[in-house]
Amino acid sequence: MIYNAIVFLPLLGAIIAGFFGRVIGERPSEIITTGFLLIAAALSWFVFIQVGFGSETARVPVMRWITSGDLDVAWSLRIDTLTAVMLVVVTTVSSLVHLYSIGYMHEDDSRSRFFAYLSLFTFAMLMLVTADNLLQMFFGWEGVGLASYLLIGFWYHKPSANAAAIKAFVVNRVGDFGFALGIFGVFFFFGSINLDVIFENAPSAKGATMPFLGMQVDVMTTLCLLLFMGAMGKSAQLLLHTWLPDAMEGPTPVSALIHAATMVTAGVFMVARLSPLFEQAPFALQVVTLVGSVTAFFAATVGLVQNDIKRVIAYSTCSQLGYMFAALGVSAYGAGIFHLFTHAFFKALLFLGAGSVIHAMHHEQDMRNMGGLAPKIRITWAMMLIGTLALTGVGIPHLAGFAGFHSKDAIIEGAYMAHLPYDYSFWLLVIAAFMTSFYSWRLVFMTFHGKTRAEPDVYKHAHESPMVMLVPLGVLALGAVLAGVVFQPYFIGDMMTSFWGNAIAHSGGDAVAAATSTAVGDVAQAIGMAGHTAGEAAGHAAGMAGHAAPSAAGVVEHVAPAAGAAGHAAEAAHGAAGAHGGGHHHPPEWVVWSATIAMTAGFAIAYLYYIVAPWLPEATAKAFRPLYLFLLNKWYFDELYDFLFVRPAFWIGRLLWKGGDGAIIDGTIDGTARGVGWTTGRIVRLQSGYVYHYAFAMLIGVALLISYFIFAGGVTK
Amino acid sequence: MNLATLPILSLVTFLPLVGALFIAFLSQEAVRNARFVALWTTLVTFVLSLSIWVSFDKANPGFQFVEEYAWLGPIKYKVGVDGISMLFVILTTFLMPLCILASWESIQKRVKEYMIAFLVLETLMIGVFVALDLVLFYLFFEAGLIPMFIIIGVWGGKRRIYASFKFFLYTLLGSVLMLLAMMAMWWHAGTTDIPALMQTKFPADMQWWLWLAFFASFAVKMPMWPVHTWLPDAHVEAPTAGSVILAGILLKMGGYGFLRFSLPMFPLASADLAPLVFALSVIAIIYTSLVALVQEDIKKLIAYSSVAHMGFVTMGIFTFTHQGVDGAIFQMLSHGIVSAALFLCVGVIYDRMHTREIAAFGGLVDRMPIYAFCFMVFTMANVGLPGTSGFVGEFLTLLGAFKANTWVVFFAATGVILSAAYALYLYRRVIFGQLEKPSLKGILDMGPREIMVMAPLVILTIFFGFYPAPVLDVTAQSVKKLVADYESAVRTAEQESSERLRIKISEALSGQRETR
Repeated sequence: MIYNAIVFLPLLGAIIAGFFGRVIGERPSEIITTGFLLIAAALSWFVFIQVGFGSETARVPVMRWITSGDLDVAWSLRIDTLTAVMLVVVTTVSSLVHLYSIGYMHEDDSRSRFFAYLSLFTFAMLMLVTADNLLQMFFGWEGVGLASYLLIGFWYHKPSANAAAIKAFVVNRVGDFGFALGIFGVFFFFGSINLDVIFENAPSAKGATMPFLGMQVDVMTTLCLLLFMGAMGKSAQLLLHTWLPDAMEGPTPVSALIHAATMVTAGVFMVARLSPLFEQAPFALQVVTLVGSVTAFFAATVGLVQNDIKRVIAYSTCSQLGYMFAALGVSAYGAGIFHLFTHAFFKALLFLGAGSVIHAMHHEQDMRNMGGLAPKIRITWAMMLIGTLALTGVGIPHLAGFAGFHSKDAIIEGAYMAHLPYDYSFWLLVIAAFMTSFYSWRLVFMTFHGKTRAEPDVYKHAHESPMVMLVPLGVLALGAVLAGVVFQPYFIGDMMTSFWGNAIAHSGGDAVAAATSTAVGDVAQAIGMAGHTAGEAAGHAAGMAGHAAPSAAGVVEHVAPAAGAAGHAAEAAHGAAGAHGGGHHHPPEWVVWSATIAMTAGFAIAYLYYIVAPWLPEATAKAFRPLYLFLLNKWYFDELYDFLFVRPAFWIGRLLWKGGDGAIIDGTIDGTARGVGWTTGRIVRLQSGYVYHYAFAMLIGVALLISYFIFAGGVTK
Repeated sequence: MNLATLPILSLVTFLPLVGALFIAFLSQEAVRNARFVALWTTLVTFVLSLSIWVSFDKANPGFQFVEEYAWLGPIKYKVGVDGISMLFVILTTFLMPLCILASWESIQKRVKEYMIAFLVLETLMIGVFVALDLVLFYLFFEAGLIPMFIIIGVWGGKRRIYASFKFFLYTLLGSVLMLLAMMAMWWHAGTTDIPALMQTKFPADMQWWLWLAFFASFAVKMPMWPVHTWLPDAHVEAPTAGSVILAGILLKMGGYGFLRFSLPMFPLASADLAPLVFALSVIAIIYTSLVALVQEDIKKLIAYSSVAHMGFVTMGIFTFTHQGVDGAIFQMLSHGIVSAALFLCVGVIYDRMHTREIAAFGGLVDRMPIYAFCFMVFTMANVGLPGTSGFVGEFLTLLGAFKANTWVVFFAATGVILSAAYALYLYRRVIFGQLEKPSLKGILDMGPREIMVMAPLVILTIFFGFYPAPVLDVTAQSVKKLVADYESAVRTAEQESSERLRIKISEALSGQRETR
């Protein structure tokens, strides 16, 4: 009942506001949707406490969906710790964004539509995170895509907003193409797409092969890579990231909710949810880390030079999502989700803070026209500062810090402990951390400090936002400060096995994170714990040295908590011992400090560039002009894709229409119909129609080619 | 009323014809009456047909409500429905009243004849789906061309003559081959009874020829690439209701034909030629999606998108899997609702602006929010968004195709990307943006009559997306039987051929021994 309420209250709100908004009026629509969301959020925290600290996986059947032959898919809600975490994130941020929007959108005259979309989005997202089978997840997946499309294009008068909306939907569809193929493949191989069945059979599928596109491929690797393609689209990872910055065309609360805190993390959630599958596909996991690390790095470089306040944060989001994937790829699922959790708070805070700035500046988004705003909007400034501290990961190693400090540092350490070639992931992430710090502080300095560059009139009228917008900021700020230190022991610390239960695969990566970061948090407890874990792990390592190696490759266990975790910690320790010699299970001290150092350096340079010597940025841009342009133009991905895909699609479409349908098919048939009398005339015409002959031959060729593929690759079970 | 004793199928089939006769006797001036008679006839037919659904036995995979009367010597009047055909009957009777309503104001000349043509067409279309005799099927199948030909040719647009002839010739040419094949079947099996023919085992090489002949007809109807070019022209020139019927029902006859004839009667040829169908389906999906992207006429765009969607249907049917066939049927029904609705949507703005050019619109949402909402629902269904009926069919056909051939599913699935591109691009140009064109400043949102037409379509599109069980339950047993029969036929043939091979080898061996 309570689960149903959480999921379906937002839907109810969306229906009321969407269909009856005109009847009941704008304000009641706002109150109803926001009220429902607040209830859902309260219930979610209740569930979180109940599930995270106690009971088993719960399932709530809703109704039948698709039954066809041996396919049987039902609507049902699955609630375990992972779901509970997502429920909390989604409903909390969503309810705050609803509340905030009452203030932010107060000038808009289609607010009930806006709130209906927001609630619809929330519903779809909740269906996604509570999915008990892949198809329901896909429903939520595309449902949030629809809501995102509608909200990006909310201001439909703006051509740029419409273009961004379509781009978001279509690029996501490219990812969904992979996701869908993955689902088909899962059904083909497992005969079911219900999570429990897949998870149960996944270990035995390791190493199995199946025919795919004319090859015999490893089942788990292929399926996981296909599914991950979906995750890449939704979470805006490199190659499929181009839609996210454009999505900033939507109203700012939308950016906070969908394009920072919730929807874009769906990919991370998906990989964590399917971790028992990914554990059987080591190669796929490596790809996940590679894509994540490179994205973290790439997006951070672009973020360095953007001038639109929202775009900076958007690239930051893209980059932080990369961190999460990097963690997932080294099997540190707990750390990945932990970063998802903390990131939701501080990134939503940053976006809503930016919204407050934009609100104050009368819809100015270019930071070059800001500066010196701190005295005008004190509270917003303070909130943005907290968000920045959390994002950049300010904290004292072995002690405590802002939210991002706990989660991001755990990821960076996890990446180091994974012993990848050249520690590439670790280095990319550390450099990205440095850039994160630089662009974040750049944003703060350019917006709030120095001499103002705003129009005098605009500057004079810059005003603080109303309470209805500031309260959500305050709540999120609270999260940005505390989410790390409070929840760290549960997500990645010593309580993690009992906290997660069977919700995620437990494996080496997280054990490392657990071992390394138990030292953080409650200091007194930490010291004791660290010693304890160290001793235990070392003992196991010694004992298991002989046989741990093969199983370390990643056998999934729905761990019987204590023993399993200890075992895994031991494996991890064993791995560490092997690579570094000397049996460290902790990352070296310099690794622990690396992120903090990078963060400090980023701050220092930003301070130098934007406070001490404000002429430096321009000079640097001039000195490295090609590089600057390269970054400013986002590595020219948009241009590249336009050249490779968009234009050719239209060009081919036109060719097929005029040439294929018009000249060849209709030409042939009309010609035949005109009959014999025309024969002589036709001969003349045919001679002038050489081009079409070639085109026709080409078409036949394509048809033959595809036929060949199908005949040759025609493998059946 | 006892349904068992009532010839319910014949009633549903011929009731529209009675209505048509009635209208024929009305005076030329009684335009209003003609409309109402047509509306009431179609409504009563629809309600009657629902009773078929209600009393349909889902557990029975065979034909139900069978009626059989002697007719022309060996040719019987025999009708009946199974899980495959029943819902097409309902779809037909469901769309008809909507068509009449949609033509209420837009048709002003020769209203009487128009209504008669539609009612006659309804009878013929239902006849196609219920006929259980080869000749009867052929008559309905071919005769249906005539009213449609007239509807396009008389009430159509500027190039209506070209379009109607193109439509007629294309489909007729295919049908001639089918007729020859039917004769061959009659000579071979000595019966025109469809259930009996399903039990007949045609020799493998004969199956090939029969299959190809039927294919010629159904492929044109479907339409499959490359014989699809009649469809965009026919759609563009047809009046709105004509397009609705064309897209909603007539296209489904091809798919229905494959399921009723090709698969059960010529299973071996189907197995051999499936790769051909796959190739054409995949080409259709990609090719027509790309062509749809560059269309300048709304109706043409939707017509091309129809061809792409029918590509999923043919692909699904020839996967010979339960999911594939289920998906194909569902896709046809869903497309019957969604594409019909999209053409109705075009009709709504065509009635107001008398143009179908995409560039003539833009920013309609400002003046027509209800319309924008309906159009959005159908656009999303066209795109195959989960939660709309369009998703279920697409998903199931692709799922089935993965089992059959991963290349097929790989190429076909790119259709989901392309469909999103062309559908949203269309929506953006028509609905979103600034309402700048002076001609659009006074455009009005849908009136009560138009809402009445759209509402059931919106509801069904969403309902079947969330709860497709009412459809899938009906089709389940018949599809299961169809797939099982196909598999056993193929298996038997394989066994026979290996048996023959064994005999041949042993003969050869014994021959060798003898010579030694």
